[in-house]
Amino acid sequence: MTAISNRPAVGGSKLNLYGGWKVAFWFLLPALIGFVVFYLVPSIRGIYLSFTDTNLLSGRGEVIGTENYSELLQDDLFWNAIKVTAWYVLINIVSQTIIAVLIAVMMDRLTKSAFIRGVVLLPWLIPNVVVALLFVWLLDPNLGYVADVFGWFGIDSDFFTSTTAVIPTIAGVNTWRHMGYTALLIFAGLQTIPGSLYEAAALDGATEMQMLTRITIPLLRPVLALVLVVTVIGSFQVFDTVQVATGGFGGRPGGPVNASRVIYIYIYEKAFVQSQLGYASAMSVMLLVVLMGITYFQLKILRAGESDLSS
Amino acid sequence: MTAALRDMAGRKEVSRAARMGRGVAWALLVLLMIVTLFPFYWALRTALTTNPDLFAPGGAEGLLPPDPTDVNFKRVLGRATDAEIQEGSGRENSASFDYLLGLKNSVIIATVIAIGQVFFSALAAYALARLKFKGREAVFFMFIAGMMLPPIFILIPNLLLMRDMPTWLFGDANSGWLNTYQGAIAPFFLMTPFAVFFLRQFFLSINRSLEEAALIDGANHFRIFRSVILPIASPQLVTMGVLAYVTAWNEFFWPFVVAKDPEVAPLTVTLNAFSVQQPGTQPDWSGLMSGTLLAALPVILIFAAFGRRIVDSIQFSGIK
Repeated sequence: MTAISNRPAVGGSKLNLYGGWKVAFWFLLPALIGFVVFYLVPSIRGIYLSFTDTNLLSGRGEVIGTENYSELLQDDLFWNAIKVTAWYVLINIVSQTIIAVLIAVMMDRLTKSAFIRGVVLLPWLIPNVVVALLFVWLLDPNLGYVADVFGWFGIDSDFFTSTTAVIPTIAGVNTWRHMGYTALLIFAGLQTIPGSLYEAAALDGATEMQMLTRITIPLLRPVLALVLVVTVIGSFQVFDTVQVATGGFGGRPGGPVNASRVIYIYIYEKAFVQSQLGYASAMSVMLLVVLMGITYFQLKILRAGESDLSS
Repeated sequence: MTAALRDMAGRKEVSRAARMGRGVAWALLVLLMIVTLFPFYWALRTALTTNPDLFAPGGAEGLLPPDPTDVNFKRVLGRATDAEIQEGSGRENSASFDYLLGLKNSVIIATVIAIGQVFFSALAAYALARLKFKGREAVFFMFIAGMMLPPIFILIPNLLLMRDMPTWLFGDANSGWLNTYQGAIAPFFLMTPFAVFFLRQFFLSINRSLEEAALIDGANHFRIFRSVILPIASPQLVTMGVLAYVTAWNEFFWPFVVAKDPEVAPLTVTLNAFSVQQPGTQPDWSGLMSGTLLAALPVILIFAAFGRRIVDSIQFSGIK
């Protein structure tokens, strides 16, 4: 690469080799239009809308300052949504991450089979709507096959219809959908750990469990940190599964009562059922701020950029 | 077998505990396969049973369908007679699900999105990976920042934009691009930050020497992109296309908001509408599971054809 730029310029200046703005502009133009029209301007407009009382149906609204935000802070349903979402994220992330690490380590130690990796990934490629319906059926209190199996162990057969079970159930369904994908990301990280470490440990008589806690987990930390940042952000945005699993069959999305009304469901309801776009936008801005804060702290706490290998 | 294991590990003796541990781990892996695949099997078993049979005593027990039938698939494919509809659903007026219409819409939306997104994102990725210009880092950072935006944050303004699309851009005077294919496609057509990022990583890993030879021969960057980069990167472009296709196929929220009309709604939206029409007691599980399986079928076929590539690409994105 450097050899080329050191050569005497061919047919003009060195700049031509690397284009410059005049060339880059045409390459970037379509994507830039897409970004500006569907990401940048909407972001600014979203923040603007949050300071207005814009109504979906009339399409009109006036600037009302920070009224939406002060109303939001006193809205019990908003705090309920935050609480429900946080509870969902906690259960989903903990179960998904633990299972994914176990799957990844098992695949790494037992088999490199591409078939097994493929099967493990399959649920991640299936539409959320399909996954939700599969599990509403499997967990149906009357006829559900899996509900029966849980019944043998004395676990109550109300899943999507119980105020206490609905969030753990949805978290479990999404764990099923995402554990293989997460496992593959972690599996890729495992491949970067030198095999010689395990050989040395095995010679010293270390058990698999010791290798897992003393070698694998510490050296996996940077990958794990990035995976956690991505999955936590994704987990906060749960919508499809809740909408489909609680909204069909005579139910109300976010139900029973408000037990599964996660933040996305509440924003959707405010914007498209109650037509309060301004208020919904204010909630979206709050969500963005919360996600940015969480990401920042995660990267800080988990020291994502540093590896233990070099130290 | 044990002897081979010992040799492989290069140890004097594989302890009993270690062997047992491996056994347990294999058992867990098999259990994982079953947990992953069983829901699909159970959906198939349900789809092959009529709804009255399902609700008969013991009808939803046992691994095999009590009286296998294709009438439910016929129903969602719109090929069933009135008698068959009643036989399958157990009702005279059951909610219906037009699979073929939803399939057509999903195919149109996902195909156009995948082609446009990959092509335009590849152009941008080439500039970000290969060209040098002032502000390159700033543009790249901006795209990455776009990846962090929660979709709902930009969804409301984008919906207003769709509604306000003027007539000179083929918008309806009252509803703009609402309930049109272009509305369902637009936000994903020109780029997604992920596609640009993903392809840029790929382009960075392509050896530069070929392009440089072409440049010295006087080719311009557009020719290089077309006749050097596109052929070399075609496997990766196909991978990204498959990912974009599956993501577009699975998308629910955006079409749920802008393209609810069954004439343009993709399968995810019409399948959800089908389940919303179901009563709380004795819903048409047979019909639902046939529709559900058929809605997942294209993704499963894509997976069968490209699974290896998708797995590799995810591991690639895991390392980067």
